Amino acid sequence: MLSERWNDVEGGFHPASAPDYLPVERLREVQLRRLRAVVTRAYDNVALFRSRMQERGLTPADIRTLEDIGQLPFTVKVDLRDTYPFGLFASPMSEIVRLHASSGTTGKPIVVAYTREDLNVWAEVMTRTFASCGLHRGDIVQNAFGYGLFTGGLGAHYGAEALGATVIPVSGGNTERQLMVMKDFNVSAVCATPSYFIHVIERALDMGLDLRELPLHTGIFGAEPWSEEMRRRIQEGAGIRAYDIYGLSEIIGPGVGSECEHQDGLHIFEDHFYPEIIDPETGAVLPDGEEGELVLTTLSKQAMPIIRYRTRDITRIITETCACGRSLRRIRRVGRRSDDMFIIRGVNVFPSQVEAALLAVEGTLPHYQIILTRDHGLDQMAVEVEVTPEVFSDKVRALEDVRAELAKAIEQIIGIRVALRLVEPRTIARSEGKAKRVIDKRAI
Amino acid sequence: MKLQQLSVFLENRPGHLAEPLALLSRKGINILSLSLADTADFGILRMIVRDWEQAAQALKADGWVVKLTEVVAVDVEDRPGGLAEVLQAAGKAELKIEYMYAFSLRRNNRAALIFRFEEPDRAIDALSAAGCHVIEAEALFAAVE
Repeated sequence: MLSERWNDVEGGFHPASAPDYLPVERLREVQLRRLRAVVTRAYDNVALFRSRMQERGLTPADIRTLEDIGQLPFTVKVDLRDTYPFGLFASPMSEIVRLHASSGTTGKPIVVAYTREDLNVWAEVMTRTFASCGLHRGDIVQNAFGYGLFTGGLGAHYGAEALGATVIPVSGGNTERQLMVMKDFNVSAVCATPSYFIHVIERALDMGLDLRELPLHTGIFGAEPWSEEMRRRIQEGAGIRAYDIYGLSEIIGPGVGSECEHQDGLHIFEDHFYPEIIDPETGAVLPDGEEGELVLTTLSKQAMPIIRYRTRDITRIITETCACGRSLRRIRRVGRRSDDMFIIRGVNVFPSQVEAALLAVEGTLPHYQIILTRDHGLDQMAVEVEVTPEVFSDKVRALEDVRAELAKAIEQIIGIRVALRLVEPRTIARSEGKAKRVIDKRAI
Repeated sequence: MKLQQLSVFLENRPGHLAEPLALLSRKGINILSLSLADTADFGILRMIVRDWEQAAQALKADGWVVKLTEVVAVDVEDRPGGLAEVLQAAGKAELKIEYMYAFSLRRNNRAALIFRFEEPDRAIDALSAAGCHVIEAEALFAAVE
């Protein structure tokens, strides 16, 4: 990987971004070569994949063009649970140097593995992520992604180190310490989940600290869906550029894709992760530009090659070339996941719709939780929203007005009457800094 | 002539009022008076304290949503009709009262009425002109010590 030389430190184009600008024909050639190799590796070493190929009468030799990927079987999250813990590994344990696991809110977690070479690829794509967000050697990066089994912390850590930045491995939580570090260490960039960073901004205000006056110039946000409205608030509240990055543990962790300086869609690091968009109902591959479920294939992974993983993330591939000139295709930022969706009284609702409604009301924050219950057979939806100093009033009537306004904003978007409750700040649970948006208490 | 009142957002849950009050007690902050407005879901705790800046900071640092509002204190004799006379004066001047509460002062058989007016400045002028005794913050704090 190309790194910055001594005479590169002025900023601007980062040499690590060079692979992002591969001519398209060369990129497709690399993708096909890597696809064939990774399919062969999975076929030879992973029993589940081999049996699914055999059921379809396929062998790795049937992959002759990139379009042939459409014949391959999908991998879904349940496959990772069913083969817990090591059933999808394609390397012997002697080659595996790292394991991570998902937090596992329901049942067993899923386990993912990395060889030395996999870790090198991970550091490379995260370096390209940071480079794409305008970071350089000399930047001081406060990494507030959780360290541990979660891939966010260590993934960002090694990428920022490989970039040559100064990394502060502060991990998530302990907001007062985060702010002390941010101020005293002249932090210039921060990695966090967007909902946690909104909380950091609020806390700073409480403590009389204006983040806009600090050297902080860039925020790198991921691990949960967020909206343009949230970006606007973060950028204005902290005086920074806020970038969206994309990744998932099943594929590698953070580093699957990243925005560039134009903040207009996320470039997928296609030389390592091959993107497709499918119709989530039929599984049919959709042409670029159409909205559907994102499916990813790891082109380089050794320890755990994942073929055609159904991410459940709903997006589309942007057909136009980005103004930055990268040949890597972009996806629209992921606003919703097909499994976040819930159905209430026959209506499909995404938490992102509720968030958009809340943020349309001035002074609110996207700290909310949706609670679904069933009362005498009828589904009820309650939304709890944390009160902010901006909307709080000493007058009961004014607070009742805020409550009614929020309830009406949601009702107008989703067409369902909701019970809206104002709650104290920090009452809504956050795990690994990710906000849990929906609690479904309906007994089926 | 105006007084700073602290308001704190509370969820309407058992035992919840105790938390911010315990915090102020740990900080050695004495509360002159308080009133609680509540609905089925939430409540608003309103307080008059001498060290309102310190109290606001301590509450915010502990994660409470706090608001400062200007209120007007009127000093009346603690006897039947004391409040009614002030309310009549306010009514004549067409002053809109959002809410009010009262407490007895320890000295001279007097009581303090705390008013949240929509227009505090106009209220002070109108009440003073009607002969009511609008009391300054310092005098109020002195009267309870």
